[in-house]
Amino acid sequence: MTEQTPMVEAVMVSKSFGSNEVLKSISLRVDRGQVMCVIGPSGSGKSTFLRCINHLERIDAGRLYVDGELMGYRQRGDRLYELKPSEASRQRRDIGMVFQHFNLFGHMTALENVMEAPIRVKGASRKDAEARGRDLLARVGLAAQSGHYPAQLSGGQQQRVAIARALAMDPKLMLFDEPTSALDPELVGEVLDVMRELAQTGMTMVVVTHEMGFAREVGDALVFMDGGVVVEAGDPHEVLGNPQHQRTKAFLSKVL
Amino acid sequence: MADAQSTGGGRTPPPVDTSAIPIERADVIKAVRLRHPWRNTFAVVLILLVLLFILDAAQRQAFQWDIVGKYLFDTRVTQAAFITLALTVLSMLFGIILGLILAVMRLSPNPVLKWIAWAFLWVFRGTPVYVQLVFWGLVTLIYKTLIIGIPFVHTWAVIDISWAPPLFLLAVIGLSLNESAYMAEIVRAGLLSVDPGQEEACTALGMSWGQTMRRVVIPQAMRVIIPPTGNEVISMLKTTSLVVAIPYTMDLFGRTRDISATIFAPIPLLIVASIWYLFFTSVLMVGQYFVEKRFARGSDRSRPVLGPTVVGSGGEGVAGVGIDVGGKG
Repeated sequence: MTEQTPMVEAVMVSKSFGSNEVLKSISLRVDRGQVMCVIGPSGSGKSTFLRCINHLERIDAGRLYVDGELMGYRQRGDRLYELKPSEASRQRRDIGMVFQHFNLFGHMTALENVMEAPIRVKGASRKDAEARGRDLLARVGLAAQSGHYPAQLSGGQQQRVAIARALAMDPKLMLFDEPTSALDPELVGEVLDVMRELAQTGMTMVVVTHEMGFAREVGDALVFMDGGVVVEAGDPHEVLGNPQHQRTKAFLSKVL
Repeated sequence: MADAQSTGGGRTPPPVDTSAIPIERADVIKAVRLRHPWRNTFAVVLILLVLLFILDAAQRQAFQWDIVGKYLFDTRVTQAAFITLALTVLSMLFGIILGLILAVMRLSPNPVLKWIAWAFLWVFRGTPVYVQLVFWGLVTLIYKTLIIGIPFVHTWAVIDISWAPPLFLLAVIGLSLNESAYMAEIVRAGLLSVDPGQEEACTALGMSWGQTMRRVVIPQAMRVIIPPTGNEVISMLKTTSLVVAIPYTMDLFGRTRDISATIFAPIPLLIVASIWYLFFTSVLMVGQYFVEKRFARGSDRSRPVLGPTVVGSGGEGVAGVGIDVGGKG
């Protein structure tokens, strides 16, 4: 894996749900340390594309590589072999994911949420996992809430715990699936702040979002998707300030 | 939000002090309470009827209260009560364990396991427990020999197993297999009640399906599983009276019936059995109340207790602001 190997490389990726083709031959490339924001109307396939990256969804055509490794399959000659669940898990554990609805474990405290995967998946000791967990919670500004259950936290706090939980696995890539869409407007900022700090540490990030301000300020690249295709991609300031495509102009005129 | 973005470090803005804003209040409402005359009348009539029934029952010859008193604490009866309790506890224990396994099998991604569980449920939920118990009683007549060899091709040895398993064991097997089919559905409902997003989060973190079930899904399903399981225990206590189908007659109902057949007094011994059943179910209901309360306390947590948000990114030295809660819940 040289420096030139892109972190994510999608080559003509297609995906259908039944007869509904949600991704139509998507080709994208995310370089190391890059923050790519994906925008588009709902149903455009942007969340599905994100879920294909860590093989939560199986793709129907094309190839998807993360860090040079083919996701979900092993290629021998021109034949593809499906990976065993344990092999797919090994691929996924290096990819952090943050969900729209947080998906925290309801019966565990914030700290236990963060400690769970390192202990179970990586075999970390309780002591190490707890130290690292407290560290990460402090990093997202929740040191005092480590003993709180998710139901006792605000949406913004829950999402920050979810980010800490994903970071606990020391991922090389972070996927964000509309991380602020389920939040009250006044809580959006605290989550974006954490994500901004994370971007500054050089983390490679793919962010599906409706936050144009974030996309412009933090994003290195912006992708506008609609109807399962990439309509426009490029520098965020360019795409947002001077959209080339009619469809992009129409979308941006509604959300900006 | 533009402000917060430019400073970068700040999280939640400090709470605004609202105590200084003057509030004008209206008078507290004092109204005449709504009366319910019919409710009270109905209650009085009902109490009179119940009293009448009790007075009548106390004098009625057919109940033979002297015999009830004589046999209520007879050693044979108390022993039978203990056996009924043992049947209930053992059958429920095995029923719950097997039911959990069946439910997990039904939800597993493995189609073979799924179909085994489905077929088991189909048979054991689809036939009456009484019929199943009769079958278990006849099992020694159905399977008499053990043949070692290749089926239908070659036989190496035929072992005569003229076995006589204790009837108590057959009763426990029959009751727990039937119960497990019902418990499987209760457990399955519980497992399905857990937000699928959490399973997805487990998958994304690289946890295996087994780890996801054990660590995340099953612990949270317990809240949904416990109350109907309490009902199943009470139901099982009464179902044990069907073991007479095996025929096993050492339980409460079988024993009191045997006694009543020798002294020609069926009604008082039915009352004896009923009093014991009622006593056990009452104890179980109290137990269920406390178990449910314990689990309700768990959902009490859903009341948001929004602790103070740590201001500043590092949280340096501010960790002491919140309540000092330990690492483990």
